[in-house]
Amino acid sequence: MRGFHYLKNVATLELDQGACTGCGRCVEVCPHQVFALEEKRARISEFDACMECGACAKNCPTAAIRVDAGVGCASGLINEWLRERRIRGVGGECCS
Amino acid sequence: MGDIKKADRDKTKVTSTSNFPSDSNGLDKPPCCGPKTSAGGGEMDETVPGFLEWNCIGGGKVPRVDPRLTLADHLGACKARWGIGRMGYLVPAGLYAIGVPTPKDPVVVTANYKMSYDIVRRVLAGRNVWVLVLETFGINVWCAAGKGTFGTDELVRRIDETGLAGVVSHRRLILPILGATGVATHEVIRRTGFSVNYGTIRAADLPEYLDNGMVTTPAMRELTFSLYERLVLVPVEIVHARTSLVLFGGTIYLAATLMGGSSAGFAALFAYLGAVLTGMAIAPILLPWIPGRSFALKGALAGVAWSVIFYLLAGGAGWSLPVTLAAFLALPAVSAFYTLNFTGCTNFTSRSGVKKEMRISIPVMGGALFVSIILLVAGRFL
Repeated sequence: MRGFHYLKNVATLELDQGACTGCGRCVEVCPHQVFALEEKRARISEFDACMECGACAKNCPTAAIRVDAGVGCASGLINEWLRERRIRGVGGECCS
Repeated sequence: MGDIKKADRDKTKVTSTSNFPSDSNGLDKPPCCGPKTSAGGGEMDETVPGFLEWNCIGGGKVPRVDPRLTLADHLGACKARWGIGRMGYLVPAGLYAIGVPTPKDPVVVTANYKMSYDIVRRVLAGRNVWVLVLETFGINVWCAAGKGTFGTDELVRRIDETGLAGVVSHRRLILPILGATGVATHEVIRRTGFSVNYGTIRAADLPEYLDNGMVTTPAMRELTFSLYERLVLVPVEIVHARTSLVLFGGTIYLAATLMGGSSAGFAALFAYLGAVLTGMAIAPILLPWIPGRSFALKGALAGVAWSVIFYLLAGGAGWSLPVTLAAFLALPAVSAFYTLNFTGCTNFTSRSGVKKEMRISIPVMGGALFVSIILLVAGRFL
């Protein structure tokens, strides 16, 4: 993606090259060209461009890709934290 | 991001375990955007947008719809951008016909957000294409795929319910690339016999893709976030923030009026609203040109610029030192918060990145606000 770069070295993307069959689905579905095919194996070529959408992991037929997928959204994360606190509250673990 | 750097090769992580559990994708996490509930698109009848006539095919009937959008369609899109009538801005899920498609013609899959449906039928004008609309409860493809509603199960169910296998003689579906987050191609083919082709990111590239023998060019696969694409996201952000704007704006006005009279109240309100608008609209519009990778930092820089403008407009030369310091601390913090919030509207920020940014920037913003309040109170009473 030209002109836009987000934080470096933060993505949770992992590729198990040993399990890769080289089908190329990850290359096809990634909107940020994170993967490249080389010698019939996928390779992460643009690690920092990963936005953790999870399309690659979802479409990998051999489950060779793992990523903590989700939305890169501040208000979503704030809501998530609030929800987690409420859940803890219900569970009796919260001191409030 | 198109250039592949050799150094990045080292970042390819090869793990020791052979397989990952398939349920580790994290797609069951609750969504952050879109209407909370919607009853769905309802039943298909002659009131579907653009309805021309029924086509009887394969024992059922499919509505043939007009690819030309009307003024009402354009107005509806405008209103939806401002969040007006957004909850009901959807079409019934099911199979639609553009032109006079035969069993050999392609099937394009999209979401039942009316704006998605309208864009798809408009770009397919002059062609014979089947459009399979999934029930995403009025959410666009990208967000619905993240939630899983534009997903494998819904696609399989819709193929079955529409009797698609009896309508077309081939077994190929064209899906938007941004739908891949929700759809597992290998599961779709196993469960339905239909293979999935991820065509393009933008519907606008569909005609070229179809003319190109269904081959995706690198440009069709490349995300963009143009000035226009950023601009259309701003209105709904403002609408979403209206409650907190009234609440905080009112509090700030009252507090400043109590401390320094009504002119101070108006000045403080103006400063606050300017900082919000800077963070919510100006920084997103100028996004690629503001230095830094962090959204909070970009917002803070834009906020400093706003502080300077406000200082000049409001006669800052006459302010006391604590007031000047407070303005230059609080206003960038407010802008930074709203620009950080814009990460939810972008198509390139990662969950881990936003988490990292929040861990660092939210305490800084909170600290800046706290110190500025202390400065204002101390400056008033000391």
